[in-house]
Amino acid sequence: MKLEAKIPEGPIEQKWTKHKLALPLINPANKRKFKIIVVGTGLAGSSAAATLSELGYQVDAFCFQDSPRRAHSIAAQGGINAAKNYQNDGDSVRRLAYDTVKGGDFRAREANVYRLAEVSVNIIDQCVAQGVPFAREYGGHLANRSFGGAQVSRTFYARGQTGQQLLIGAYQALEKQVQTGSVKMHARHEMLELVMVDGHARGIVTRDMVSGKIESWAADAVVLATGGYGNVFFLSTNAKGCNVTATWRAAKKGAGFANPCYTQIHPTCIPQAGDYQSKLTLMSESLRNDGRVWVPKKGGDNRPPAQIPEDERDYYLERKYPSFGNLAPRDIASRAAKQVCDEGRGVGPGGRGVFLDFADSIKRLGQKVIAERYGNLFDMYSTITGEDPYTVPMRIYPAVHYTMGGLWVDYNLMSNLPGLHVIGEANFSDHGANRLGASALMQGLADGYFVLPYTIGAYLATAKQPKVTTDHPEFKKAVADTNARMAKFLSIKGKRTVDSFHRQLGQMMWEKCGMARTAKGLKELLVEIPRLREEFWRDVNVLGSAESLNTSLEKAGRVADFFEFAEMMVLDALERDESCGGHYREEHDDEGEAKRDDNKFMHAAVWEYQGEGKQPVRHVEPLVFEAFKPSIRSYK
Amino acid sequence: MSDKLMKLKVNVWRQTNKDQSGEMKGYVVENVDPHMSFLEMMDTLNEQLQHKGEEPVAFDHDCREGICGMCSMVINGIPHGGHKGVTACQLHMRHFNDGDEIFVEPWRAKAFPVLRDLVVDRSALDRIVASGGYVSVNTGGAPDANCLPIPKKEADLSMDAAACIGCGACVAACKNASAMLFVAAKASHLAHLPQGEPERYVRAQNMAQQMDAEGFGTCSNLSQCEAVCPKEIPVRVIAEFNSDLIKAQFKG
Repeated sequence: MKLEAKIPEGPIEQKWTKHKLALPLINPANKRKFKIIVVGTGLAGSSAAATLSELGYQVDAFCFQDSPRRAHSIAAQGGINAAKNYQNDGDSVRRLAYDTVKGGDFRAREANVYRLAEVSVNIIDQCVAQGVPFAREYGGHLANRSFGGAQVSRTFYARGQTGQQLLIGAYQALEKQVQTGSVKMHARHEMLELVMVDGHARGIVTRDMVSGKIESWAADAVVLATGGYGNVFFLSTNAKGCNVTATWRAAKKGAGFANPCYTQIHPTCIPQAGDYQSKLTLMSESLRNDGRVWVPKKGGDNRPPAQIPEDERDYYLERKYPSFGNLAPRDIASRAAKQVCDEGRGVGPGGRGVFLDFADSIKRLGQKVIAERYGNLFDMYSTITGEDPYTVPMRIYPAVHYTMGGLWVDYNLMSNLPGLHVIGEANFSDHGANRLGASALMQGLADGYFVLPYTIGAYLATAKQPKVTTDHPEFKKAVADTNARMAKFLSIKGKRTVDSFHRQLGQMMWEKCGMARTAKGLKELLVEIPRLREEFWRDVNVLGSAESLNTSLEKAGRVADFFEFAEMMVLDALERDESCGGHYREEHDDEGEAKRDDNKFMHAAVWEYQGEGKQPVRHVEPLVFEAFKPSIRSYK
Repeated sequence: MSDKLMKLKVNVWRQTNKDQSGEMKGYVVENVDPHMSFLEMMDTLNEQLQHKGEEPVAFDHDCREGICGMCSMVINGIPHGGHKGVTACQLHMRHFNDGDEIFVEPWRAKAFPVLRDLVVDRSALDRIVASGGYVSVNTGGAPDANCLPIPKKEADLSMDAAACIGCGACVAACKNASAMLFVAAKASHLAHLPQGEPERYVRAQNMAQQMDAEGFGTCSNLSQCEAVCPKEIPVRVIAEFNSDLIKAQFKG
């Protein structure tokens, strides 16, 4: 596997500018001759599909939801970062880039991160031009708030629905292009296979989720914007449909999968209420701006929170990290919560929870201001738990939220498979071992609006591949393989439902490959996962037919891929014998903090699939830090 | 609030595909925890059905936190179940009692054909947006975001309308199956911003035309849409939209 990062030469401030100038262009009349497939219509996919089509390319866009507007970017609550420095508090492109690299525990590719910070300012301009109703001050200018891992206010927001508003902006741009006929939108179509012809990504196979028809689509390039793999844990804050299938299918065709062990555990989610639970709900990190996190000092203190006097409370984030306090980065805040719960000081059912208390802020600012800032989040909390957070502190606990790992891409966002581009959460490049809050939206839109539209042209201008159609034998074979796979699921006729397997896999992963990992636990998983996978293929029960809307069949395909992917993830976690960001190996601990090993692990680990039953091969891309010197991450 | 597990009789619309007719079928669901969401109760029913060899009930859902707009069921005659500001996925079983009989149906509208069980085709809403529900601006070249101050009040009015999640409950609740609240919310979101002003009237006309073409009915003026809207979009957006449609005729 060849991993050429293609990072441009020169000082970091000039890399992107110089690179853009050096990229070959395609004249407008010729752009029309190229077709690009975009899979996924979240922030990255919608923005890319719209922009590519505005440039003149023909675009075929796909999503498994009933409308492109429903992609999971929509659920992002808190905000989007941009180095606008509107608050005059010392922000700059360089500072945003540094915060992001440091937040990622020096495991991201510096040049990509700097570019991300650079285009962040264009994103806000673009979104405002589209009519995204960001929050404003009385003077009519844009409002900002602060977020974890930063000491400046650079987060733009639209109530607690920032992701929704940004996605609607991108979706509307997409629909505008649908109307012109230059984007063909295929909703309720799930990508099930990548098609390679002569070493280039040339198309995909999809299942029409209503008729069940397996079809293939040919193009000149393929873009995956299919999000992360957090649902390998079954319980996560991801939407139920989020899955690893598109990226995993590409990995099986030779695309390198980078850092699959990097998982973000978000500190502020509503704790699990019971075994029937189908997903976990995030409470935006922005709440930590005004909420204070605490647990009782004594274990087993079951008094109602209001009756616990001030000096018997442990505001542990403020105590341990005085300079960042409740705004410590996500991985650190999550581990700290786990720690106090492990000590027996957790609150709520099962002792798996900590308080997020707004009493002080309500006293200081009044309920009206708090309601204005967080009203919809408070409503959501009380709808789910039946408790009123204005009077009783919220209970929160960490949950799987985002995955920093993903398909390996070069500076042009192209994977090691020529023609296969990967954007947004689906790639690995920008967040290292931990993502800062309000950076996912930034990355999705940066990739889709401002990076890929430039870089994909370079591939198309130089690849010079002959046109192919779906009559090509590779397409026929991919369709036949997919049909056979569907038939296989239906033929097993076992006793257990797909969900029961998924839930069991998720539980195993959460216990041994979740917030804290050990070599022992990971090695056990490497025995337990294949055993459960074998049982899945022997005893799963998928009813109905392949030629109809069949929700069990959809899930079976996704869970089968999670089973294979999980093993690679565990292997990666085992081989990365250090702690960094969200990857916390108990063996490498420095008084509760992650202890990196820069000598051995200052690299991205990129896994190459070798075939069923064979161990994948681990390659590395060394990470070189020229602009930002790696330091021990301290938020104290 | 009691934590006692409940036993419910759940009647669900079953329909194999678009071309066949469907029927209500009754099931008993046991061990329903009051902390479950409505969709988790449906998951429980589906587990039971599959163990008996019956295909699970198909229903649309995704984020399960009330924002994606995918879940769409009429519960006891009311889209999303009739709790203020709540989608079906956020409706919790603590609002039901042991022994209750519940009726679950798909959105019913000519423009939303049933695809299977509780799943309907809402692509008509996408086509309405495609007909004009946007600002015609391409990527790149946008001026600095702060160059055009927007009064907070206007920005807030815009945001109130932009909160629409496109679920279609407004259509399902309307006796005329009108999409007025959805369409007017989109128009209002953009009409309250200077960026939306240049296309304001032509946008209103185009979207209204597309709404008619898709087979949605005319506004009933009964405000059932507002009552069921999980994002509590106010009917004032419809008044604004009608006013823009009239002005559009003069503007030509």
